[in-house]
Amino acid sequence: MGEFNVHRVRFFDYMPSAIRALAFQPQRERIAVARTDGTVEIFNRADCFFQEKVIPGRQQAATEALAWVGDRLFSAGLNGEIIEYDLDNNKTKYTIDAYGGPIWSITSNKQGTHLAVGCEDGTVKLFEVHEDRIQFERNLAKQKGRIISLSWHPSGSKIVAGMMDVIHIFDTETGKLRALAFPSYDLLGTSRSQECVVWSVVYLSDGTIISGDSAGKVKMWDSRTGTLIKSHQVTKWDVLTLSVSQDETSLAVGTSEGHVVQFQFLSMVLGQEDKEWVRTRTFKNHTHDVRAVLEVNTAIVSGGMDTQFVVRPLLDKIDERGQASALRNIQFPHRRLVSCARKAGLLLFQYPGHLELWRLGESEGNGERKRENTTLSIKRKRWIAYSTVASFRLYRLHCENNNVSIIKVSKLPKVLSSANQICFSSDSSHLFVASTCSSVHVAILNQSGCKFVCTLKPKSGSGQAINLLAASEDGKWLASANSDHEVQIYNLNKMKPHCTVPVHSSGVSAMAIHPTTNNLFMVHADQQLTEYSVEKKQYTDWSRQVQRHGLHSLWLERDTPVTNVTFNPKNPAHIVLHDMYMFCIIDQTLPLPDQRSQFYNQLTLRSMPEKERKKHSHAFKMCKIFKELLFVELMEDQSLVVVERPLMDITAQLPAPVRQKKFAT
Amino acid sequence: MAALYESYTLCALADTGPEGTRAIEPDRDRDRVVITESGRAVTVYKVSDQKPLGSWTVKQGQCITSPAVYNPPTKEYVVVTDEKVVRVWKDEDISIEKAFKATVSAEVYRLHSVPDREPLVLFRHGAVRFLDSLLAAPQQTIEEVLSEEEVIRWSAAVQMEQQLVLLFSTEQRGQHCLYVQRFSPNALVKHRLETDSTNSTPLSYAATYRDGNIHLLYLFSSGSVYESVLQARPTVPAVSGTVQALPRSLLLKLPVGEGELTAASALPVDESHIAVVGVPHPLAGAGKDYLCLWNTHFQTLQAARELAGKIYGQLWCFSGKLFVPHGKILSVIPFECQKSSLAAAMGKLKQTSGTNGITLSVWSCIDTRRHNNDNTLIIQLKMSTRNQSSCPTAEQLAEKIKVGSEKEVQKQVEEFLHGSQPEELQLTAGRLASALVMRCQADPTFYPQAAFTQLVQTNYLCHSGCPDLLVLTLEKNDFRLCQLCLQLFQDIPEAVTCCCLKTILSFQDSELEQVDLEDGLLFMKALTQTAEVSDDGDSGQHNGFSREPLALDMSCPVGLHKGALLNEVLQVPYSDSLLLPHLKDLNVPQVLLFLQYLRFLYLKYSQDAHSRIPALRKPTVTQIMDWVCLLLDAHFTVLALTPEAKSLLTSLHKFVRSQVKLYSELGKIEGSLEALKKSKQSREIGQYSIEVIELF
Repeated sequence: MGEFNVHRVRFFDYMPSAIRALAFQPQRERIAVARTDGTVEIFNRADCFFQEKVIPGRQQAATEALAWVGDRLFSAGLNGEIIEYDLDNNKTKYTIDAYGGPIWSITSNKQGTHLAVGCEDGTVKLFEVHEDRIQFERNLAKQKGRIISLSWHPSGSKIVAGMMDVIHIFDTETGKLRALAFPSYDLLGTSRSQECVVWSVVYLSDGTIISGDSAGKVKMWDSRTGTLIKSHQVTKWDVLTLSVSQDETSLAVGTSEGHVVQFQFLSMVLGQEDKEWVRTRTFKNHTHDVRAVLEVNTAIVSGGMDTQFVVRPLLDKIDERGQASALRNIQFPHRRLVSCARKAGLLLFQYPGHLELWRLGESEGNGERKRENTTLSIKRKRWIAYSTVASFRLYRLHCENNNVSIIKVSKLPKVLSSANQICFSSDSSHLFVASTCSSVHVAILNQSGCKFVCTLKPKSGSGQAINLLAASEDGKWLASANSDHEVQIYNLNKMKPHCTVPVHSSGVSAMAIHPTTNNLFMVHADQQLTEYSVEKKQYTDWSRQVQRHGLHSLWLERDTPVTNVTFNPKNPAHIVLHDMYMFCIIDQTLPLPDQRSQFYNQLTLRSMPEKERKKHSHAFKMCKIFKELLFVELMEDQSLVVVERPLMDITAQLPAPVRQKKFAT
Repeated sequence: MAALYESYTLCALADTGPEGTRAIEPDRDRDRVVITESGRAVTVYKVSDQKPLGSWTVKQGQCITSPAVYNPPTKEYVVVTDEKVVRVWKDEDISIEKAFKATVSAEVYRLHSVPDREPLVLFRHGAVRFLDSLLAAPQQTIEEVLSEEEVIRWSAAVQMEQQLVLLFSTEQRGQHCLYVQRFSPNALVKHRLETDSTNSTPLSYAATYRDGNIHLLYLFSSGSVYESVLQARPTVPAVSGTVQALPRSLLLKLPVGEGELTAASALPVDESHIAVVGVPHPLAGAGKDYLCLWNTHFQTLQAARELAGKIYGQLWCFSGKLFVPHGKILSVIPFECQKSSLAAAMGKLKQTSGTNGITLSVWSCIDTRRHNNDNTLIIQLKMSTRNQSSCPTAEQLAEKIKVGSEKEVQKQVEEFLHGSQPEELQLTAGRLASALVMRCQADPTFYPQAAFTQLVQTNYLCHSGCPDLLVLTLEKNDFRLCQLCLQLFQDIPEAVTCCCLKTILSFQDSELEQVDLEDGLLFMKALTQTAEVSDDGDSGQHNGFSREPLALDMSCPVGLHKGALLNEVLQVPYSDSLLLPHLKDLNVPQVLLFLQYLRFLYLKYSQDAHSRIPALRKPTVTQIMDWVCLLLDAHFTVLALTPEAKSLLTSLHKFVRSQVKLYSELGKIEGSLEALKKSKQSREIGQYSIEVIELF
């Protein structure tokens, strides 16, 4: 296949932010993740934990908790506001102030009629959930001290609140403290001088209350008598979070030292009814505080200060080996943060608050800094466009020798207010901006500025946001993929929808239109590869062959999605793909590997004489030399650009973890 | 734990009459004190060198009425002579006479030096001035706060973070009052001090500032030590006219022996310890010439020192040293108060630092001269305290114990324990136990085992409360009670621990078999049984390693009962350096037996057997290892010369060698793993590089 010059780039200081809260929507199997920078991400559990949506937010929101009410997602934070998200268009729907000071927790009842928030001023506020808004209903009896954690009884009639040193039970009908029947009780067992924070509580349907506190204990209480049933010392540091499974037989506990401990509700004597909570397993996948855990039927999902999203499968609940049984550790976003000008050799890095533009070739880089909270950016040739939550900007880039200057293009069409995705046509004449409800705005770029042409709308009328755009080299086609897994192809000559690609069960993680054949190459979150001929409106022969033959199991077992697809301009049969741990060149002329053949065969091939290589090589040229990849692209001059972000560097920037005694120290 | 170190003499005392004002005041640094003595002389001493740095005397005929203090802002010394003349001089002045002198219009009671501020002047009738404002106009009129008959007994200035408070107590016809003078804004609050129920008088006061409050400690002639907590900031200004009694809590009831205390004082040295002088040692009879350190939290005597000569009932404490005048000398006794192990075990108090973190107020002793007149009702009050309750008082019971038969005493003690409040028990349990022990010692046939057991199980008894109990149990071979004591007493001295150990080791296993040792025995049974089970069960290989070399000599070298008792000894708290000399008392067969047992335990533990045994109390591996080390340290030369010990020592040596080897191998593994990690990273990749790869 040949040699490649590789630009190995490590100066993209991408720093993910810590995970603060997790919430699971069991019907649609979505997991919402709140990060400390205010971002909310939606992962699809059914689709290999693919990161479907990213809703940007403000750091000032200091999101503390998330709650699903049916399909609707709410969050609350230390700025005292409750936010409902517009999950179709990846933005905030509305924000209301709870007027109770910082909010520490938000939970919904099982019936989906009410939300409860726990505030700094000691009130638990109930909000009624209406069709389009939430309405304040009442305050439960005000307490002294902040409400740290909340949990509804599954019946919805009682709510338990964890505070400093105390757990209270409220009657939601009357709003009163159930003081008589349920006296407030002290979390005894910690020394008096130290305050004990009840970081998390869970109210089970049988009346048991489970609490996790800053003394490192998980305690089971009987809510009828207010007595302690059992206390487990889980850690020397804090127990930060608890999560109980849907059937209330398993409990996950997240601790400050980065461990996740599982408790199970088991009968102590075989065949008897008497059950007890027993500590069963400890998972050590985190280096820092575990701020949030979730019991998701067959797995425990956890996240925390070390920014990793860890999915730990419970192997006793999984029968087959496969995608579900693998440990997942999601560190990088499932989308591109780097865009690249292939001819000019420029790289654009997207940071949460600014963009950086670098030129390859020489080892000196130019940083262009912008302030705002970027959601997206794409640059090609002489233009840079980016969009924030609130606005859309377009810049003209002048690049002569070592002088780089940018000029802001004023007077943009009003319709370009905010974008989910931006894409330029290959000749820089057109700008495509993905907007709400799967629509794409088209604008013409020329010397005088930017002029709005029309809006492309899909036939299906889906309301979901577009998460990928791809324009063809000849300027004739535009493909858009949305989070409903729909891929729409538009004819840019006619400015009309051309066709819809048959919907695959898994979302598209990367796609591109081939420059010469105009085939749309798509990679899905479940690692399937499809190639669709735009002109013929059907899958190509190669794609059908792949479906028939099946992909190699080692390819399917990879746990990070492909985030970029490019083509080799010199050899149309070559397709370059990459995920976090490898990049690969697919040669469509070579046979597909079958299950018995060696999949990672580069080393074997290297040791063979030239003649024999032909016999053993197959279509997938896997390269694992580079790791922790954020971006790989094949430039115009056949050189590869590889953007690495070593996890060690990310770890180095994290705060110090709690100190733990190690052997011989 | 607290300890008194070797004392040394700072200076000889002049033979003063009762009128002599003696006081010690802090000087500019921690190592210097100003001593005012004999009504005429002021001397500055460097404490560590025991050397005077300067001395000044007043002329014949004049008399120092208020001790000299050091004035930090001006670096001068100030003294009051003949009650009205204030004299100020510097280090380099040779004679007081030539120094500055001012006569004020009213009689001065005392001067108080305050760190970083002007000294305070307290007048005999309660008025207070700062020295600089007083010297600016010496003849200013001084108001009279106190009535003619009210006499100041004690005063102290307490420096808080921002504020300065002057406290003084007065006496008026047997009525004691406390005045609290605050500055800016000036406010004087009066509190009534309740006397002890037994109309005893306060002998000494001490005030300290701690955690934002002023803690006032006062000792009554009845031996009661009370503490009152004064808010640093007055919450509500007191309603004029009503004088409220100061709320107080009983900290400690010191034994007074015969009669009342006359010259005694108590001084808090840290949050939980007080130093007391002039109070009899609880064990040494009626002699009052002791300096004692008491732990007020656990009511235990931590250290005591007998002082020769007359006790004046005066005591000062500066920078970790106690200053006690006795006989004809002034002794300096360094001390140390550590967080006691019991305190650590109970988690009761959070002590940050030892003696340094606490601000000690200026301290002066009370004039006890006038109290002596009305001390006639001494004995009656003792008996009349609690006759109203149906159950016998501790005093009555103690009397009964002296004469009653075993059954009667047994019954009485039981009744008493049922009828008493926990607080009372805390104070009386030790006393009852001591009385019982004394009776037992006097009368060999008398031994109320059940009564002892009940007393011990109240948890209010500790070794220092009745030090002879444990020895008595050994004499009577009552190992059940001995086990209880070992379990429940946290303050057993190392000598007694060793004594127990010796007795247990020298006993025949067959004689111990009747003793019911409950939990400890279960543990031993389980321990010996698991050995058999595991030997039969998994004799195969574990991770490729055979356990054979360890499983060799696995029979327990001592009987189960003896083992259970030894386990209790292993768990007694101790400190290495104190235990070591006593361990030498063991003879060779005992040492050998004990070492064999310890080795047995250790081998068992290294097989992980103990973790499977549910027991409330079991020795930890560290405890076992510590004891092995201590035993070897104490007896190594003897053991090396004893032929019987050879095999034991070899096997221990072998074991230690294997452990050392294991750890060094682990270290190597760690090193190689580290190297592996490094070798992976070794190729340092910069921020940007251009490389060539080839794909096939």
